[in-house]
Amino acid sequence: MTPEVLEVLSNRHNPQIDPRLDIWEWQIPAYLFVGGLVAGLMVLMAALELRRKAPAPARAAQWMPVVALVLISLGMLFLFLDLANKPHVYRFYTAFRPTSAMSWGSWILLLVYPALALLWLGGLDRDRRAWLVGLRLVRALRLPRLIAWLTKLADQHRRKIVWTTLMVGVGLGVYTGLLLGTMVARPVWNSAVMGPLFLTSGISTGAALMLLTPQDETDTHTLVRWDIVAILVELALLVVLLIGFSTGSAAARAVADGFLGGAYTATFWSLVVMVGLVTPLVLNLLEVRRKTPMTAFAPAFVLVGGLVLRILFVASGQATGIGG
Amino acid sequence: MSPARRYGMVVDTRRCVGCSACVLACMSENDVPEGYCRDWIVHEIRGVFPNLRQEIRSERCMHCSNPPCVDVCPTGASLVGEGGVVLVEADRCTGCKACIAACPYDARYVHPSGHVDKCTFCLHRVKRGELPACVTVCPTRALTFGDLADPDAEVSQLLRTRKSKVLLPEAGTEPNVFFLE
Repeated sequence: MTPEVLEVLSNRHNPQIDPRLDIWEWQIPAYLFVGGLVAGLMVLMAALELRRKAPAPARAAQWMPVVALVLISLGMLFLFLDLANKPHVYRFYTAFRPTSAMSWGSWILLLVYPALALLWLGGLDRDRRAWLVGLRLVRALRLPRLIAWLTKLADQHRRKIVWTTLMVGVGLGVYTGLLLGTMVARPVWNSAVMGPLFLTSGISTGAALMLLTPQDETDTHTLVRWDIVAILVELALLVVLLIGFSTGSAAARAVADGFLGGAYTATFWSLVVMVGLVTPLVLNLLEVRRKTPMTAFAPAFVLVGGLVLRILFVASGQATGIGG
Repeated sequence: MSPARRYGMVVDTRRCVGCSACVLACMSENDVPEGYCRDWIVHEIRGVFPNLRQEIRSERCMHCSNPPCVDVCPTGASLVGEGGVVLVEADRCTGCKACIAACPYDARYVHPSGHVDKCTFCLHRVKRGELPACVTVCPTRALTFGDLADPDAEVSQLLRTRKSKVLLPEAGTEPNVFFLE
């Protein structure tokens, strides 16, 4: 039988739109990765503290919030670099649009700063508090009184601050996924699974970064166990996502083909699934069950997988439209 | 002007010959930068050889009643203006491109000056009682513009008497640009 012909020719030639959408380059996946990482750090730092019976200053609490603050600032720099109309960046903060995930995100990003700053100040041990107030720069800027007041505030409301950090972290992680998930025009992104998927991946990458840095021994064991759970949940969410594509509309099935035999198959299954999820899962399980010594491999693989996941989704989402 | 007004366009694919006069008129009227376009021509050929059918469409922003570009805009720069026309307020636009990603019709682009740009149904002309530039120049009268809320308007009559379609109805955007088949 002669196949049906369908040929669509267009004389539209807009840069970054034709022949296929190419509006978001490295800045967006880089931001989504860093944003997810910080979300994971916030959730994990808060959860570790809530888990402790007697809150003693933890090793991670001494400087991990500062790492998170630096990373989120780097992420916001990436976002700024992506803007085509940079002088108008302040417009994000002259409006709140409840239907826009990006608007939620820009306001959540503002909450990240005070939450992490107060988490850090409240978690510092006595020596480091004295060191901070004694810094020449701090004294030159006449900040010791402000820091003393903030530290007192952070101590008084420690539990509230920890819970706030946890919730802002969850919000940040979910929004990085929903930013893409709310786009009906792009079948790769248009799934409610994207929010929990990016949050879980963020928690896993956050745990990886913490495991690459010195931690209290009990925290290290807890983080490895939590990472196992996060990886298993992430694998399950990816399966749900692929089932959704395979059983969806023609456009969604075209996406499934991309991941199950098409252009994205090799990268997705090798770097995201095998390197980023299955291998670290096995290494983590060996560590817990067989007490094999922990190496940097599992966390490093998780970080690579998390970054590639975001690069892949941003790229494949732009390559496919609802109209084919 | 009544707030219930709903501007729309009807494109007669049986009349359109794909001459691109609408594209050039738009470029000239709206100072569209070189290398960009707010409207364009699509030739769609389908069927089983030798029984092929060609449809020619003059396409542009669909000025949807349920516009995803407006929903995703974080600053309110993408908005629904007079008569349901979807507009971009350049002064409020950060160039984040979320609206471009959200548009199923790829009807938007980043203007070289940084803000996002698109068809406005030539609202500045419509406010003066004139028709959009593309409609004015169409040599085959394939384009009809008017108020879809007015049952006596030519657009409404065409949609009542002729078979019509919208593009990508599955996107749920409720376009206000219709194509006569």
